[in-house]
Amino acid sequence: MSQQPSPNRKTTDAAAATGSRLDSYVDRYATRTHGMTASETRSLFAVASRPEVVSLAGGMPNISGLPLDVVGSLTSELVAKRGMTALQYGSGQGDPRLREQICEVMRPTGINAHPDDVTVTVGSQQALDLLTRIFIDPGDVILAEAPSYVVALGTFRSYQADIVHVEMDDQGLIPDRLREAIAAVRAAGKSTKYLYTIPSYHNPAGVTQPPERRAAVLEICREADVLIVEDDPYGLLGFDGEVPRAIRADDAEQVVYVGSFSKTFAPGFRVGWALAPHAVREKLVLASENSILCPPSFSQLAVSDYLAGHDWMAQVKDFREMYRERRDAMLEALDDLMPAGAHWTRPSGGFYVWLTLPEGIDAKAMLPRAVTNRVAYVPGTAFFADGFGSRSMRLSYCYPTPERIREGVRRLAQVIEQEMELRATFGAWSAAQRPGLDAPAPDQS
Amino acid sequence: MTDLGRVLVLAGGLSHERDVSLRSGRRVAEALREVGLDVEQRDADADLLASLRHDVPDVVFPLLHGVSGEDGAIQEVLSLAGLPYVGSAPAACRLAFDKPVAKAIVRRAGIATPPSAVLSQATFRELGAAVLLDALVARLGLPLVVKPSRGGSALGTTVVRSADELPAAMVECFAYGEPALIEQWIDGTEVAVSVLDTGEGPRALPAVEIVPESGTYDYHARYTAGTTEFFVPARLDGEAAAAVAQVAVAAHQTLGLSDLSRTDLIVDRDGVPWLLDINVAPGMTETSLLPQAVQAAGLDLGVLARELLAAAVDRHLRTAG
Repeated sequence: MSQQPSPNRKTTDAAAATGSRLDSYVDRYATRTHGMTASETRSLFAVASRPEVVSLAGGMPNISGLPLDVVGSLTSELVAKRGMTALQYGSGQGDPRLREQICEVMRPTGINAHPDDVTVTVGSQQALDLLTRIFIDPGDVILAEAPSYVVALGTFRSYQADIVHVEMDDQGLIPDRLREAIAAVRAAGKSTKYLYTIPSYHNPAGVTQPPERRAAVLEICREADVLIVEDDPYGLLGFDGEVPRAIRADDAEQVVYVGSFSKTFAPGFRVGWALAPHAVREKLVLASENSILCPPSFSQLAVSDYLAGHDWMAQVKDFREMYRERRDAMLEALDDLMPAGAHWTRPSGGFYVWLTLPEGIDAKAMLPRAVTNRVAYVPGTAFFADGFGSRSMRLSYCYPTPERIREGVRRLAQVIEQEMELRATFGAWSAAQRPGLDAPAPDQS
Repeated sequence: MTDLGRVLVLAGGLSHERDVSLRSGRRVAEALREVGLDVEQRDADADLLASLRHDVPDVVFPLLHGVSGEDGAIQEVLSLAGLPYVGSAPAACRLAFDKPVAKAIVRRAGIATPPSAVLSQATFRELGAAVLLDALVARLGLPLVVKPSRGGSALGTTVVRSADELPAAMVECFAYGEPALIEQWIDGTEVAVSVLDTGEGPRALPAVEIVPESGTYDYHARYTAGTTEFFVPARLDGEAAAAVAQVAVAAHQTLGLSDLSRTDLIVDRDGVPWLLDINVAPGMTETSLLPQAVQAAGLDLGVLARELLAAAVDRHLRTAG
């Protein structure tokens, strides 16, 4: 560990006045690059990739059920029959047939869209990037749930947005808190450019807005004229029957809808989309052309052929059953094994459980102990732009087998108990040094 | 030059420093390939022993950091497998990796190391944390440094500047391991001195002076290029430079280390070097200290690594014969 050099140190004046910082570009980086640094937490995740560790950290879709023979033959046929198109540049807005199919994919969410309003992107992540690029000047406010999707927060930060979190409960965004946040931003003389929300099977909170909540959120945003960016990667992956109706289904002007094939088909193709009002779509296409020229033709045509030639809905149904089994395993293990004082959300779809630790326990400080005990999770602070969330963590059930999930929860429970003992030894003051222990977290059952 | 045959670089492992180790391994493997060696890099996992038996390498360069890599475990495994490897013998690793043990040994040899205390979580629990924490501050003063007894890359390490920060620092430290080393803060210039021995006895490379932008050489400052300024050689006068070199070589010898080590020190305002830590598997990443010293000494990392491998093979032949 370093110690600060003293001004009185015994040095030679003849030595070089400046040393090396090992990065000769260091003075040239833009301000937005400064946050991109090495961190202890990231380094601990390197251990999570080892098979000995039960990783409840990653959000990697479990594609083990995909029919690789089908995908294999459709891609080779694609190259054989339409190689000259598939391997060439395409339209900046995306392949017309795929855009039509995307409208069909969105139909179960109640959205009735025109293919002209769809812009195909490199995963929904690029859609978030483009939307932030076209709307956000440095210092503009984006409202986001507390907690929110970590990589969206990273995108917002890279455009120097001011992220204001809005509290959730077990039904997602709390309308009163949303109203207050919009008013507070306005009172501070700033403009709220948009609300970023994941209404269905939230990442990381694992909660879903019921219809009346969605209606209230939409109404508040209409009144305040705040645009809604609705991110819906998990909408078709619910465990209880009906697909939740998208907010966009009830307002085509106030809402930009962002979707993805990463969870319903395969993330490796990197195909997502944005459904936006005409004027916004124009800007999205121009911004996308400036950024990547066009989305990858090969991926788009492969996804398009898959949708046309395969019963993709049956595949989604298989995915749902597989994830439901894993969700059940995790909730059962948590119910059986977690110490008193911990509480967690009970997701009805998607990949994630949001767990809040007994009072005084810091999920980030506990992570090395967890890794030593061969279990990994993502500390809650990753999902906040303001340092909150330290008492919480995100647990993913999407990837490990149900048996491994139970084993992971068993190890985690032991780690929490050890940490509780440590906290008991050092008392309340040991926790007081870290900000954000009383994070606004969803109010779990 | 002996034909070194097939070289195995071991990197990764399950310690908290896995990521750093993988980067060290990549860098050394690449440097060795550049000087024409046949190099394979692999992780230290459950298949390691079986693979060492079936696909026997001629010599091993272990670059595992932290527990299992620097505590003598992997060295013991390689010894059992009868393979030559770069670095210190298991017993020497065990002594050096345990900071309080290493401090006690070098102190006996006349090397200054900051006053410290070593306490386990159980001691705090049984005797009452408040009284013990007060006693630590009374004896060691402030600021002080809390760190895990075993481990590297400053993981779990906190500089405590006021007494009320101490409990949180203890909790953070114990999350990485037991027991905790609580050390007096020495104000001065931080330097790292690498020691090499390719057969002609240990010699010190130029000291690397570390000036982190934030004032603290923590994980972030270690592995984010641009956040720490390094001066090689360190801006020490001739006397102090000779003193740190002498201390690093003496520590290397006192602990019975072989081939390479890196000693981290503070040079106080009177020019006295205080030993903080000695590493038996120094980092070899793009921002690590030993490779900077190697470059400043006008050496090539690949050539040097090859010499270390050759020395390891020679030692193996001598001891086996």
